Amino acid sequence: MAPTVIAPGHTAATVTDKIAAVVLQRTPLWFYPAFGAAFMLLMTLLYAITYLFAKGVGIWGVNNPVGWGFAIINFVWWIGIGHAGTLISAILLLMRQKWRTSINRFAEAMTLFAVACAGLFPILHLGRPWLAYWLFPYPNTMWVWPQFRSPLIWDVFAISTYMLVSLMFWYVGLIPDVATLRDRTKNKIGQIVYGMMAMGWRGSAKHWHHHDTACILLAALATPLVVSVHSVVSFDFAAGIIPGWHTTLFPPYFVAGAIFAGFAMVITLCIPLRAAFGLHDFITEWHVRNMAKVMLATGLIVNYGYGIELFIAWYSGSPYETFMLSNRIGGPYRFIWYALILCNVVATQFLWSAKVRSSAVALWVVAMFINVGMWLERFVIVVTSLHRDFMPSAWGMYYPTKFDWMTFLGSIGLFLSLMFLFVRLLPMISIFEIRGILPKTRAGERSA
Amino acid sequence: MSAGETTNILRHWRSLEEREAGAAVPSQRPEFAPGDELLPDSLDRRRFLQLMGASFALAGLGACTRQPVESIVPYARPPEEVIPGKPLYFATALTLGGYATGVLVESHMGRPTKVEGNPEHPASLGATDRFCQATLLDLYDPDRSRAALHLQRIRSWEAWVQTLEPALEAQVALQGAGLRILSGSSSSPTLAAQMQRLKARFPQARWHRYEPVSRDGLRSATLAGFGKYVEVRYDFSQADVVVALDSDFLVSGPGCVRAAHDFMSRRRVRDGQYGMNRLYAVESTPSATGAVADHRLSLAPDLLLGFAFGLGFECGVIGTGQVGPFASGDLHHWLNRVGVDLREHAGRSIVIAGDETSAELQTLALAMNYYLGNLGRTVLVSEPVEVEPVSHVGSLRDLVQDMRAGRVEILLILGGNPVYDAPADFAFAAAMEKVPLRAHLSLNEDETSELCHWHLPMAHELETWGDARAFDGTVTVQQPLIDPLYGGKSVHELLAVVTGESERKGIDIVRRTWKERLGAVDFEPAWRRILHDGIVPGSAWPPQTYVFQSDWVTQFCLALVRELIPRLERKDAGIDLVFRADPSLHDGRFANNGWLQELPKPWTRLTWDNAAILGPKMAADLSLKPEDVVELELRDTIVRAPVWVLPGQPDGVVTVHLGYGRRRVGRVGKGTGFDAYPLRTSAGLDRAGGLRLRRTGERWELASTQVQRTMEGRNLARQGTLLEFRSHPEFAREAAHGAPPTESLYPGYAYTGHAWGMVVDLGACIGCNACVMACNAENNIPVVGKAQVHNGREMHWIRIDRYFEGDPENPQVVQQPVLCMHCENAPCEPVCPVGATMHGKEGLNEMVYNRCVGTRYCANNCPYKVRRFNFYQYNDRDTEVLKMLRNPDVTVRTRGVMEKCTYCVQRINQARIQAKKEERSLKDGEIITACQQVCPTDALIFGDINDAGSKVAKLRQQPLHYGILEELNTRPRTTYLARVTNPNPESGAPPEPRHGGPRGH
Amino acid sequence: MSQLFHHSTNTLARVSIFGAVFLVAGFFGVVTLLDRSTYFTRQTEVLRQPVPFSHDHHVGAIGIDCRYCHTSVETAAFAGVPPTATCMNCHSQIWADSPMLQPVRDSFRTGEPLRWARVNDLPDFVYFDHSIHIAKGIGCAECHGRMDRMPLTHAASPLQMRWCLDCHRHPGDRVRPRAEVFNTKWEAPPGAAALRADLAKRYQVTSMTDCSTCHR
Repeated sequence: MAPTVIAPGHTAATVTDKIAAVVLQRTPLWFYPAFGAAFMLLMTLLYAITYLFAKGVGIWGVNNPVGWGFAIINFVWWIGIGHAGTLISAILLLMRQKWRTSINRFAEAMTLFAVACAGLFPILHLGRPWLAYWLFPYPNTMWVWPQFRSPLIWDVFAISTYMLVSLMFWYVGLIPDVATLRDRTKNKIGQIVYGMMAMGWRGSAKHWHHHDTACILLAALATPLVVSVHSVVSFDFAAGIIPGWHTTLFPPYFVAGAIFAGFAMVITLCIPLRAAFGLHDFITEWHVRNMAKVMLATGLIVNYGYGIELFIAWYSGSPYETFMLSNRIGGPYRFIWYALILCNVVATQFLWSAKVRSSAVALWVVAMFINVGMWLERFVIVVTSLHRDFMPSAWGMYYPTKFDWMTFLGSIGLFLSLMFLFVRLLPMISIFEIRGILPKTRAGERSA
Repeated sequence: MSAGETTNILRHWRSLEEREAGAAVPSQRPEFAPGDELLPDSLDRRRFLQLMGASFALAGLGACTRQPVESIVPYARPPEEVIPGKPLYFATALTLGGYATGVLVESHMGRPTKVEGNPEHPASLGATDRFCQATLLDLYDPDRSRAALHLQRIRSWEAWVQTLEPALEAQVALQGAGLRILSGSSSSPTLAAQMQRLKARFPQARWHRYEPVSRDGLRSATLAGFGKYVEVRYDFSQADVVVALDSDFLVSGPGCVRAAHDFMSRRRVRDGQYGMNRLYAVESTPSATGAVADHRLSLAPDLLLGFAFGLGFECGVIGTGQVGPFASGDLHHWLNRVGVDLREHAGRSIVIAGDETSAELQTLALAMNYYLGNLGRTVLVSEPVEVEPVSHVGSLRDLVQDMRAGRVEILLILGGNPVYDAPADFAFAAAMEKVPLRAHLSLNEDETSELCHWHLPMAHELETWGDARAFDGTVTVQQPLIDPLYGGKSVHELLAVVTGESERKGIDIVRRTWKERLGAVDFEPAWRRILHDGIVPGSAWPPQTYVFQSDWVTQFCLALVRELIPRLERKDAGIDLVFRADPSLHDGRFANNGWLQELPKPWTRLTWDNAAILGPKMAADLSLKPEDVVELELRDTIVRAPVWVLPGQPDGVVTVHLGYGRRRVGRVGKGTGFDAYPLRTSAGLDRAGGLRLRRTGERWELASTQVQRTMEGRNLARQGTLLEFRSHPEFAREAAHGAPPTESLYPGYAYTGHAWGMVVDLGACIGCNACVMACNAENNIPVVGKAQVHNGREMHWIRIDRYFEGDPENPQVVQQPVLCMHCENAPCEPVCPVGATMHGKEGLNEMVYNRCVGTRYCANNCPYKVRRFNFYQYNDRDTEVLKMLRNPDVTVRTRGVMEKCTYCVQRINQARIQAKKEERSLKDGEIITACQQVCPTDALIFGDINDAGSKVAKLRQQPLHYGILEELNTRPRTTYLARVTNPNPESGAPPEPRHGGPRGH
Repeated sequence: MSQLFHHSTNTLARVSIFGAVFLVAGFFGVVTLLDRSTYFTRQTEVLRQPVPFSHDHHVGAIGIDCRYCHTSVETAAFAGVPPTATCMNCHSQIWADSPMLQPVRDSFRTGEPLRWARVNDLPDFVYFDHSIHIAKGIGCAECHGRMDRMPLTHAASPLQMRWCLDCHRHPGDRVRPRAEVFNTKWEAPPGAAALRADLAKRYQVTSMTDCSTCHR
C-alpha cells in the first residue's frame, strides 16, 4: 500500500546509520541559537519562581473570586499535551499500528517533558509550596492524613503514576537503541554513558524476548492511564459546584481534548524536526496523515463537547447555569471564547480536506491553532467560570501579571530545552522498531 | 529676631506655597498605591540571589524544623488582679465632636485589645460605632508623634513648659489679652472647670472652638428658637413617623448608636406583631439612613429646603407655604402624603435635619416639631451638653481676625487640624503666621503642627484621665488603659500649665473636679463606683420646657420665602456642590487609620479614596465615567477629583466627602483621595452653588469592593412591604429558586450537642459597618492597601453587600451582611486536599490555618465567596507597637493561608470551658460574636439552633426566615430574616418599584 | 571491539539498583525517626536556666503544692510562672545569701524579671488551657511526668499532635480523682479502669477532637 510507513530502498544498515547519525554527527549550527533561546526562557522561569517563593502568589493575578489563574491553566494544558505519547506507544502498540513506530519515541519523550512542566504548576500555585509534601499520605507526628475526598489528592496519585509508567516505558524502549549508540559512538565518555544506560544489552534472543514482554506489559499498564489521568484532572473542576465546572461531561471531553492537543503538539514538533534532520524517509506522508485524522476525530468530539456544554447550561433552566452560558458568549471575556471557537472548531474543520492533511505546512499551521486553542479552552473553563459565579456582590475580573506570563513562557522554555537535549543525545526515532517493520526482514538482521 | 526664627519663617512661607500648590490629585497613578507600604518591601539583589539558590532545595525541609527555645518572663512583683491570660475590662468613654460613647475596653496584661460598648451607658447600650472600634488602631498607630518638637527639633515637655511659663507671666499683666486657645467642642466638666480657672487668671484670654464638621446650623436654630443654646435630642422609641431631612441620624452624630437602637426597636415584625414606624428620607446625598428609609427622595439642596418649607405648611408652621415645584404635581402629592402622615401622628413623630445642614433647614425642622407637638414627647430639650456652646465658624472667624490684626501673642491649639480643615476663605495658615508663639497638641504631626513653633504629642483617650458627657448629658469619667506610649499629654495637663493650678497630673486634675462635685466625704467609694460603672449616676440632663419663639420663627419664614422662591424658580442654577463628612474618615482625623481607610463606604463601597459623586443622568450628560478625573471649579478655586457615578444621587448635585488628600500624614493616609476643603468656605459649610465641572481626560483608579450593582435576578436579599407581609407572611421562603435537593453524596452529620447558627435580620441592618470593624479588631484581620483591594483581595471576614433596585435615578437599596455560612454541606470541606477546613461536631466550618497549604480550592468552591486568602504576608510582623494590638486568642495568619469567619470560635471555646468548669450547660446569649456584640440594632443574632428556647432558634421559626443559595443544598447555618418595609399605603408619586416580594422576579 | 566494561560491572549494576531502593527507604526511615526523636521534641533536654531550680527538692523533698507557685493553673489557660516575689517569700530567710540565688535577689531588688527558658513549648497556633484539664481530673503528671523527681526540669512529653490526640481520643484512660490531680506520686490503684470510667462519667469527660478545640 502506498504511501508506505517507510520509504523504499532502506535496509537495516541504512536505517541505523541514518537515525544514529542524528545523534552522532557534529552538532548542526542552527542548534546553538535554537537551544540558546529555549534556555533563556528557562532562566526566566527560574527568575519568576524565585520571586514567587520570596513574595507569595500575590505576584500573580489571582484574587477573589478568581483563585486559580495561569498556573492551573498551564497545568491542565501541559497534562493534555502529555497524552499523545503514551497513547501512541501504548494503545497503538496494542493495536499493532505499524505507523506508530516512527513517532512513538519522541512522542513519549514529549510526554515526559510535558508532564514534567505540568507537575511544576500544582506546587508553584500553592500558598505555601514548601508544604507540598503534605499532599502525600505518609505517617506523620500530627496523626493526620490528606483528605482523600479531594480531587487534588486524586491528581497527586494519577499524575505521579502516569509520570512513573511513562518514564519506564520510554526507557525500556530506549535500551536497544542506546546499545546501538554505545557500539557506534567513537567518544569514550559517550560509550560509558550509553553503556551504562544500555544495561549490558547484547541483543541476544533472550534479551529480545524479555524486552518484547516488558514492552507489552508496560503498554497494557499504560493504556488505562491514558484515560484515567485526564479524567481525574477533569474532576478538579467537575467535583466543584461552580457553574461551568460542575458537569458530568468533563471526563470524556477532557480526555478527547488531551489527545487532540497531544497530537497537535506531536505534529508541531515532528514536522520541523523531520525537515531539520532530513528524516522524510521515516516520518512519511502516511504518519502525518494518520495523525491529522486522529486530530480530526478527537477534535470533533471536543467540538461536540462545547455544544453539549452550552446546551445543557441552557436546558438546565438553572439561573446560574444559563448566566454562565450568556457570560461566556457575552461577558467581558467573550473574545477569549470566540478565539477558542476559531482555533478549536473552525481550524479543525480544515482537516476534512485531504489537501490540508497531506500538506506539511498547512497541517503545522492548523496544529499551532489547536495548541493555542486548547490553552484558551482551559482559560475559559478556569477564569470565565470563576469570575462571575453565584454572588453578584463578589464578582470580579482576573488580569494576568508579568509574572504569570514569565512562568507560562518559562515552562515552554523548560519543555523545549529538554526536547533539544533529547534529540541531540538520544535517537528520536526507534531504530530497532523501524528495522522491525522493514519489508521482509526478520530477527537475523536485527543486531547490526 | 534670631536666625533660627527667620529660617523658621522662610520654612513657613515655603510650606504655605506648597499648600496652595497642593490639594490636588496627582495627574497619574502614584508609583505606590496607598497602603502598599504596609506590605513587605521589595527584595534587594543580594537576598534575591540567596533565595534563587535556596528556594530550589526546599522540598520537605519543613518537616525537620526544631523548635527554638523561647523564654518565659514572669513579673518580678505581680500587679494586683492581673492573671496572665485572663483579660480585664475597664469602663471608660470615647468621644467624637465632644460627645461621649461609653465603652468597656478589654485589656490583655495591660494592652487594650478590644473596645466593647458599655451596656449601662445611654449612648451605647452595649453597642458601639465604627469609630469606637477603630480607635485602637489610632492608639497603636506607629506614626503617632513621639516627642515634643520645637521648629522640628526634638525637645522635652519640660523645655516647652519653660518656654510657655514666662510667656504667660508676660500675659498676666495684660490679663491674657494676647492668649488664645483653640480646640474642638468639648463636654468635659473638668475642662469647664479649668476654663473657669483660666478666666480667673486671664480674664481677657479667649477660648475659640472649631469643629470642621460642626453643628452650627442646629446651634443657631436652637438659639433662634429658644433664645438660648440648648441641647435637642430625639427619642426614636416613641416615634411612629420620622422624616429625615438630609439627616444620617442612624450612623452619625451624637447618640447615633442609641438612635439606631431605638429606631429599629420599632421596626420588628415578629409573631403577628405588625406595628412598625415609618421613615421618610429626603436627601441631597445618598446616606445610610436613606438606604433603610421606607420612602426616599433625593433632591438638590435648594429643592430640599423648599420641600421642608412646604412640609412646614403641612405641619401648620405659620409663615410657610408650598412653593415652586411643591405647589403642584408629583412632588406636591408626595409632600402632601408625608404631611398627612405627620399630622396623623402629631406628638408621635420626629422631623430631624442633618447635623451638617443649614440653620434654615434646622429652624424649619424645629418649628415643625413644635407645631406637631413633638417637643417634650419625641423631641427633648435640655441643658447644652457642650461646654459654653458657640458658633464655631463665628468663633474661628474672630480668632482669624485677631490673629491678622496681630492681637494674638500665644496660640494654643488643642487637637484639631485647622490649617487643613478651616474654611478656605479664612486663610487660617497665613493669619496664624502672625502669632509669635503657637503650639499644637495633637496625636500625629499634621499640617497644623508643621506650621506651629511647638508640636506637642497628645495622649490618646485610652491613655489618659478625663471626663465627657453623652448626648443626654450623662457623664463618664475616662480612665487610662495604658500609660502614654509616647509620653503624650492630655488637654487637661496642658491647660493645667496655663491656669497655673497645682495639680499637674491628669488623674489629680480630674479627681479635683469630682471631689468638688461629689464632696470630700466618702469620695473614694463613690469615685470607685463611677470608674467601675462607667457612668456618673444621675448626671443626665433632665428634659426641660423652654418657651418656643414662634413669632420669631414666623418672621424668619416670611423672610425665607422671599429669597427661597427665586432660588426655586431659577433655571440656570448650575451645579450644586455638597460637602459631607466622610463616613469613614469623618473630618480627616482618621486619615491614618488603616481599618477605616479600608472600610467600604455605604452606597459606593469605596475604600481608600473619596470621589466627586454624580448621578447617572448627570454623568451621561457630561459623558463622564467612574474614575475619570475632573476639575471642580468653584469661585476660581480648582480641585481635581475622580468621578464616581452613584444611582440615587440627585441630578445636578455633586457630593464630595471631606477628610482626604492630607498633605502631612502618616504612611497609611499618604496619597489617599483629594482635599475638598479648599472649596469649602464659611459662606456655605454644607453646600455651595455654581460649581463648574471640567473633564481632564485623566483617570484615577478607585478601589470599590463591589462593582456589581444589581442582584441579577437572584433572590439573595429578599424584602417585601408590610402589606405584602400581612397578606403573605412566607413570601421570602417562596422567593427561592426551587427547593433544595435533599440527597448528598456523603453521609450527613448528626448534631447531638450544640449546633451553632446565626440569623441576620436584613430589616434591622443599617449598613453602619460597625460589625466589619469589630471583626477586624477581634480577629486580627490585616489591612492590605488600596492596590490589593482594587484587585479584590480585601480580607474582611464579614462584608455588607449592597444591591440597587428599580429606577437608577432614585433606586431602592437593600444591604445584606454576608459572612461564612458554616454550611452543613459545606462545598469547601471535601475539596481541601489536606483537610485544613473541617466540619466540627457542632456544625462549625473550621479553618485550620496551620494545616493550610493554600490551594485556594475551597475559596473557588465557596458559592458565597466569603473565604479570604493571604496572597502576601499581610499581617505586619515587624512593627513592634502593632503587636500590642493583636488579640492573643486568635492566630495571626501568615502568607499563603486561607482564612474566614469562625463565628468567633475563641469566644465559643472560652465560654464552653468556663461553663464546664462550673459544671453547668451554656446559657443562651452567653456566647456573643464580635459582630453581634457591636451591632446597635441587634441585626445579628448568634446561638444554639438545637436549643429550642434560644433566640436564634426562635428566629428561625419566623415566617420571614430564609437561607441564601439553599437550592445548592449547602444547608447554611447563617440564615436571614427578609426585610420588611413600611411604605405609606397610599403614597403616590414618585413611584418606588419593589422587588423580591411575593411578586418576585 | 574491546570490552567497554569489566565483567564485575554486572554485579555492580545489580547491587546499585537494589541499593538505590534501600537507600531511598532508608532516607525516609531516618527522617521519620528524627521527626519523633527527643532531639527534635527537646523532650528530656535540660535547658540552661538563670537559676538551677530543682522541682525534686521543692516538690519531692519539701512537698510544696504545685499551686503555690503555678497559681493560675486552676483558673486560667496559663499555669503561671511564679514572680520573683514568690521565691523571696521563703528565700528572704532560707538560703538568704546563697550565691546560687543571687539572680533571684537581684531581680527582686531591681524589679528586673528573671528570664526562664520555656521547657514545655507548644507551637503558637495551639491554644492549650490548663484550667479545664485540671477541672476534668487530668493530673499534672500525665503531661509533665514526675516533677517531684526532676532535679533539673525537662519536658516529659513530646508535645506533638499525635501525643495530644492519643489522649484526646480516649481521655477516659487518663482521668484521676480531682483530689489527686496535684499529687505527682499518685499511682492508679488495681482495677483503675472501672474507677476511671466512673470518674469520666462524673466529670463529664468527653473526647474533644474538633480542630477548633486547639486551633483557632
